[in-house]
Amino acid sequence: MSILVNKKTRLIVQGITGHEGYFHSQQMLAYNTNLVAGVTPGKGGEWVLEGKVPVFDSMKLAVEATGANTSVIFVPARFAADAMFEAADAGIGLIVTITEGVPVQDMMRVRSYLDQKNVRLVGPNCPGLLTPGETKVGIIPGNIALPGSIGVVSRSGTLTYEVLYALKQIGLGASTCVGIGGDPVNGTSFIDVLEMFEDDPKTEKVVLIGEIGGTDEEKAAEFIANSMSKPVVSFIAGQTAPPGKRMGHAGAIIEGGSGTAEDKVQALQAAGVQVARHPEEIPQLLR
Amino acid sequence: MKLQEYQSKQIFSKFGITIPRGNVAATASEAKQVAEELGGRVVIKSQVLVGGRGKAGGIRLAKSPKEAEEMATQILGMEIKGLPVRKVLVDEAANIQKEIYLGITNDRSTRKPVMMASAAGGVDIEEVAQTSPEKIIKVHIDPLLGLRDYQARDIAVSIDLPREFWRSFLDTARGLWKAYTQCDATLAEINPLVITADHRLIALDGKMVLDDNALFRHPELGDMRDIDSEAAAEIEARKYGLSYIKLEGEIGCMVNGAGLAMATMDIIKLFGGEPANFLDIGGGASSEKVAAALRIILSDPNVKVVLFNIFGGITRCDEVARGILAAMTEVKARVPMVVRLVGTNAEEGLRLLSDAKMITAETLADASQKAVAAAKGA
Repeated sequence: MSILVNKKTRLIVQGITGHEGYFHSQQMLAYNTNLVAGVTPGKGGEWVLEGKVPVFDSMKLAVEATGANTSVIFVPARFAADAMFEAADAGIGLIVTITEGVPVQDMMRVRSYLDQKNVRLVGPNCPGLLTPGETKVGIIPGNIALPGSIGVVSRSGTLTYEVLYALKQIGLGASTCVGIGGDPVNGTSFIDVLEMFEDDPKTEKVVLIGEIGGTDEEKAAEFIANSMSKPVVSFIAGQTAPPGKRMGHAGAIIEGGSGTAEDKVQALQAAGVQVARHPEEIPQLLR
Repeated sequence: MKLQEYQSKQIFSKFGITIPRGNVAATASEAKQVAEELGGRVVIKSQVLVGGRGKAGGIRLAKSPKEAEEMATQILGMEIKGLPVRKVLVDEAANIQKEIYLGITNDRSTRKPVMMASAAGGVDIEEVAQTSPEKIIKVHIDPLLGLRDYQARDIAVSIDLPREFWRSFLDTARGLWKAYTQCDATLAEINPLVITADHRLIALDGKMVLDDNALFRHPELGDMRDIDSEAAAEIEARKYGLSYIKLEGEIGCMVNGAGLAMATMDIIKLFGGEPANFLDIGGGASSEKVAAALRIILSDPNVKVVLFNIFGGITRCDEVARGILAAMTEVKARVPMVVRLVGTNAEEGLRLLSDAKMITAETLADASQKAVAAAKGA
């Protein structure tokens, strides 16, 4: 078991012929992800990746031909909202948006529409999902994680790789790793993922990697205190970040005194979560 | 990206919001001319992107064009919180009877725009929000439907606005919604929105913050960026697609990924050092980018050591190592360097750097401890 993605995932890559989309499609195929189609408007009919993957002009055509249930989006930011609407209208149940820099008002409209259609979105501005040994949807390097029983959820990319890698060094593996992304308005929250990990029989413990900005970690802390039986270990990045400055991620900003690392650490500790002082401490706390 | 008051108000006016008559001036004689055209009393307002302009003496009332010229001379020579005043807005003075707050911003927790209003406008709205939050009315707007008229009417009722002003309040609220959506703002705010003695509703002050990620749709707004309020190094970094923020410490950091860059700063502090900056070189860092990043880090005279922390996933460590070597031939390294390369092609990367006399480290903890030690020894 795992959450969100597994061997049954039938994946479409939106933006498969672009530089990023193509490269990561190769990586996903090499990880044995069931990549059934790609979409690039104007390139329908071509076969890419050594003739293994058909390209379609639209999501509708791609879904009809392949019965795909998941899509991953690599298109440039200015086209990303349209790509998400298109995927939802084509009947995709899980959309994973890797693209960084999507305008926040676009995201509010997308989120509102997707909620009405009951479609799950992960991202944007995220590394995607990895269920080690089964499938990867996105850009998390497959070789840094072992299959295992730790559920990992994070707002960051490379910081998550750091943690997966540190777990691997002591032989610990992940059930599923979910990058929810660094934007202020995203599709899937910490709570959504914690709920899934709580229900997933294969996940025994959870690692939550947060950062400054917003109150998603505080809400997660409340959820953990009230509704979780599995132990959670955490790290919050940005304890030294100055207020009012956007720290790389669009959502990583302390505004009007709200969203500090200190508040988040306190809320998590009050909920019984062990909070690591730095990422390499996480494996010890999981033993 | 923040807009100046005069820019925000010009945008508001375009969307049907009433603003005071007035014009912006870069010299005292221009200010005098505007005052002459307006006639009567005028307000001279410094145009800088900081709060507390009034308290700093950056907003003054002038009774005559001559007085306007004198005050503009004073204000144009000022620095407010470190920012030089390059322009003043000369507005007709309003006879204020009541001050209201009206704003729209993104509410992260509900993932919707929220319109906020208060009868207690004019003062620091954040203070009102903290001390008496019940005085701020909040109405969430469906981003797909937009602001409905009934929502604006509900707000008017909630802030006890007299009926005679409802029509103009509706126009103002609709205008603000249009300004917010059509400019991709993250904040559009009128504070104060005033009722004048001659029974008009006027946006006396305006503030807009735009979404940097949406500027591709608004090149004309992007050109309004005020570069005084940003550090030169931050502007330089943006040119290369780097995310850089200057801090006060002595350990320069170059990291791939925003979360990891923050974590690197944190761990430096944990081991007794102070980070000199936040810097995310992003994915697939080319040698050109690495060189620019190194140049920017070393332009800070406080930097005593540079720490490279690269987690190779998609980014290949050997590529970054080549970038570092290329950068070092271009930028004279005046300080020790600590390098940690992990992940894809890390061994090859470290081999490439072995002749470069850099301090190498295996773990993040090890790297930061070595950087802190090097900074203290320098």
